[in-house]
Amino acid sequence: MNNYALIVIIIIYLAVLFYIAFLAERKKQSKWVNNPYVYTLSLAVFCSAWTYYGSIGIAANTGINFLPIYLGPVIAAPLWIIVLRKIIRISKQHKISSIADFISLRYGNNRFLGALVTIICLFGTLPYISLQLKAVSETFEIMSDDTSYISTAVIDDSTFYVALLLAIFAAFFGTQKTDASEKHKGIIASVAFESVLKLVFFLIIGVYITFYLFDGTSDIYNKMSDAENFKQLTTLGGVEEGFNWFFMIALSFMAIFLLPRQFQVSVLENNREKHLKKAIWLFPLYLLLFNVFVIFIAWAGKLTFGSTQNAEYYTLLLPLNNGNSFLATLVFLGGFSAVISMVIVSTLALSTMVSNNLIIPYGFLDKFIKNQPERNSKYIKNIRRISIFTIIIVAYFFYVSFSRELSLYAIGLISFVIIAQLAPAFFIGLFWNRGSSKAAITGMIVGFCIVFYTLVLPFTLQAYTGTDDFTQNGLLGISILKPYALFGIDFLSPPAHAFFWSMTFNLLCYLTFSLTSKGNYRERNYAEMFVDSRNFSTLQDSALVWKGEAYVADIKNVLVRFLGEKRATRALNIFFTKYKLPQDTQLADARLINFSEKLLTGSIGSASAKILIASVVKEEQISLVEVLKILEESKENIVSNKVLLEKSNELTQLSSKLKDVNQELISKDKQKDEFLDTVAHELKTPITGIRAATELLMDEEDDMPKEMKAQFLKNILQDSDRLGRLINNILDFEKLETGRLNLDFGYNDIQKTITKAISSISQIAVKKEVKVINNNVHTFKTNYDEDRILQVLTNLLSNAIKFCTPKTGKITVDYKLGNERIEISVTDNGKGIPEEDHDYIFDKFYQSKHQNTIKPQGSGLGLAITKQIIEKHNGEIWAKKGVKNGATLVFTIPFKYIVT
Amino acid sequence: MKKKILIVDDEPNIVMSLEYTFKKQDFEVFIARDGSEALEILKHHIPNVVLLDIMMPNVDGYQTLKQIKNTDSLKDTKVVFLTAKNKASDIEKGLKLGADKYLTKPFSVKKLVSEIMELLA
Repeated sequence: MNNYALIVIIIIYLAVLFYIAFLAERKKQSKWVNNPYVYTLSLAVFCSAWTYYGSIGIAANTGINFLPIYLGPVIAAPLWIIVLRKIIRISKQHKISSIADFISLRYGNNRFLGALVTIICLFGTLPYISLQLKAVSETFEIMSDDTSYISTAVIDDSTFYVALLLAIFAAFFGTQKTDASEKHKGIIASVAFESVLKLVFFLIIGVYITFYLFDGTSDIYNKMSDAENFKQLTTLGGVEEGFNWFFMIALSFMAIFLLPRQFQVSVLENNREKHLKKAIWLFPLYLLLFNVFVIFIAWAGKLTFGSTQNAEYYTLLLPLNNGNSFLATLVFLGGFSAVISMVIVSTLALSTMVSNNLIIPYGFLDKFIKNQPERNSKYIKNIRRISIFTIIIVAYFFYVSFSRELSLYAIGLISFVIIAQLAPAFFIGLFWNRGSSKAAITGMIVGFCIVFYTLVLPFTLQAYTGTDDFTQNGLLGISILKPYALFGIDFLSPPAHAFFWSMTFNLLCYLTFSLTSKGNYRERNYAEMFVDSRNFSTLQDSALVWKGEAYVADIKNVLVRFLGEKRATRALNIFFTKYKLPQDTQLADARLINFSEKLLTGSIGSASAKILIASVVKEEQISLVEVLKILEESKENIVSNKVLLEKSNELTQLSSKLKDVNQELISKDKQKDEFLDTVAHELKTPITGIRAATELLMDEEDDMPKEMKAQFLKNILQDSDRLGRLINNILDFEKLETGRLNLDFGYNDIQKTITKAISSISQIAVKKEVKVINNNVHTFKTNYDEDRILQVLTNLLSNAIKFCTPKTGKITVDYKLGNERIEISVTDNGKGIPEEDHDYIFDKFYQSKHQNTIKPQGSGLGLAITKQIIEKHNGEIWAKKGVKNGATLVFTIPFKYIVT
Repeated sequence: MKKKILIVDDEPNIVMSLEYTFKKQDFEVFIARDGSEALEILKHHIPNVVLLDIMMPNVDGYQTLKQIKNTDSLKDTKVVFLTAKNKASDIEKGLKLGADKYLTKPFSVKKLVSEIMELLA
């Protein structure tokens, strides 16, 4: 085909793509743009020229080894519903604009980490883009008639112009907005369209070759089975090959998440999480369809051409060989589609990273602070546009000077292995909050160095020098340092080998450093948000870990520079409304800091956003202990609430107890007052009697009858006795109650004590003609203060006598043993004690309402003192209930005072 | 006509001294051992003066005074508290209830007599 005709076709095709992208940008909300099919098809950006052409080359040369690259994504697809959804959610919340942003944010907005990820992605993607350009160039050559004309001048190379056109396309549709986290619907629509084209054209050529040029799959199979190495091409080669497969599958598994273009389409360009549901089966199906004819096309080519030298381009060569240049053109366009979508999405993703994670945070921040908003926005866009052109041009020169001699497959795998170095930090960091930035950085650098040594370096040396000295002999001739057989592992293919060692060391570094070093508070907070993404909005909003001082006005100034006055004001209003803060709030809190960082992240990347906001915030360092405490608190909020409730209950109880005690104290005070009043009253009564009688007796003018005089003198004597008794009782009682009275314990016979007590009251008893009976005959010795127990018995007996009717009165004293104590009772047949008085008779100065109108000659302290004495013996005293005709008072003395 | 006095106290020795004293002053003396006995006596007799203790079993001095104040026939009867309670608050309470005099124990017989005579003059 004529060179110019081909260029015209290319330009027309690009124009169609422009138009589609343009339409999609204009009708952003349309169903045609926002549906799970477009999303799934955009994921198919995975199938680049490498798939379109490279697979067939592998299939022709080494059989089914092309498959693991697709098995990885197929295995990964079902996990998207968990992993990818989480990533999407986090990215949306934080306005993440690239995988570099994502990883750097996870490790606390680490600026260096973001830059490192960007550099790794650049290393991983630039050769990949150059690989695509190589495919364009080579297919262009195959398609054009002038195979004789091979130009070495850039200016004459049509590939260069194609690259430039792609750069323009990417720059135009990729930088419509300053905020890179905004969706690029135009690009995605065109990518989806291209995905349809490349699959359809590939299937058409597959059908054409298999069923038109040959008689179906069995025909190809049968013809191929005669080939010498057929068996080797269709089977797996033992355990070693198994290892290779395993590592290749693992590699592609990671790539589907980590490749910048995959992250762009699957995470950043995702509209709705539910689109994932369709993608998890539709995308594997797409891959399956893409691979159906690979093996047959490869074999058909092999059967037709004999050699496998140009196996990668069988899809073009076969129809051309049969004079079907129309089909060849379709295939060319399909391949071109694969190239365009890959290059544009990759460039877009890379340019965002380069601008947001490399150029802006490391060079342009100061400028931005001084600039006007419109200029800032222009600046950012220009940085991205220049990045896009630079990336594509660098990729072009990489291709020109480097990868002309290399296979598509080899370059593709190197890219995968380099990108895979992000895996530990990315995947483990998503589910393990201990992963630290130091660990991520170390792991990536170590892993990258190993990849460089075991894959990039030997590859490059071989391509440039044409010798394989280095791979054969290793560094300085040390055999265990052979780049393809490090430490003697020589059975793996170079990419699998490089992947194995780099991943091992990367992982080891990551885990070791994570376990041995702790990140700063910021890092720990973000780690917590990423790992626990369900709660992360609350974690973020409450922004636990921030201690500092900032003014809303300062922050607004920064926001205005990037968003413009109007948007900044609106954003702040929304913020204040959301958190119910007054619109004129002066001091910014942690939530506003986070909110502002998020607002800026889309435009300038999270690391830059952090630096910018930090420039107006006086942030205090918080110790890790504090942070952990705060985190712990938030986690155990519910628990602590419960504890708080318990504490408050306890406090309530305590205060009520305190109230009781206070009440008791007050009542004790009152009781004490009352006691003193009563004592005074009781003392005054006999004194009054004595004083009055004495005065009457002393009146000399009065000739009092003799018997009257005698009566008064007797009264005086009686009152004096009463006064003496009263004073003794008061002193006893006071001593007992304050605990100052020490008992004089001794080994005594209770029988003797009872006898003594009875004899001491016998005079009054006899006088009143009341019988006192002691039924006990046995002696029993136990330990007690005899004087005091004698006082108790005397008291009880005199009380009994007092309430007994003269002549018929009968009092019985009994004792019994048991229950580790001796129980002594005094029973009378008097008028008894009313049931309601039982609890009070032992209170001091208690006088029953039912008491005889004639006041008994007691101190009112007798029973109170009795009770005190018994309690001092650890015993009990009570009035027996339910006793008819009389009263029974019982007291006990425990045996523990028994002397053995 | 002989003046009448009602002595209300639950201490027999004190009652004995008071009875002797007022009999010598030519009073007709009635004796009650508590408030209820006193009120019983007051149903049949209208004394010129009631000498009232406060702390007594059953019906105390305060209740007795109230009853007396509520009885029309006793509106000319003077009531004098004679009690060991000598706190200012007690005295105030007693006078507020309508007692004509508040005397405290222990007391001087001579002084008591002159107080009562003054009251009845």
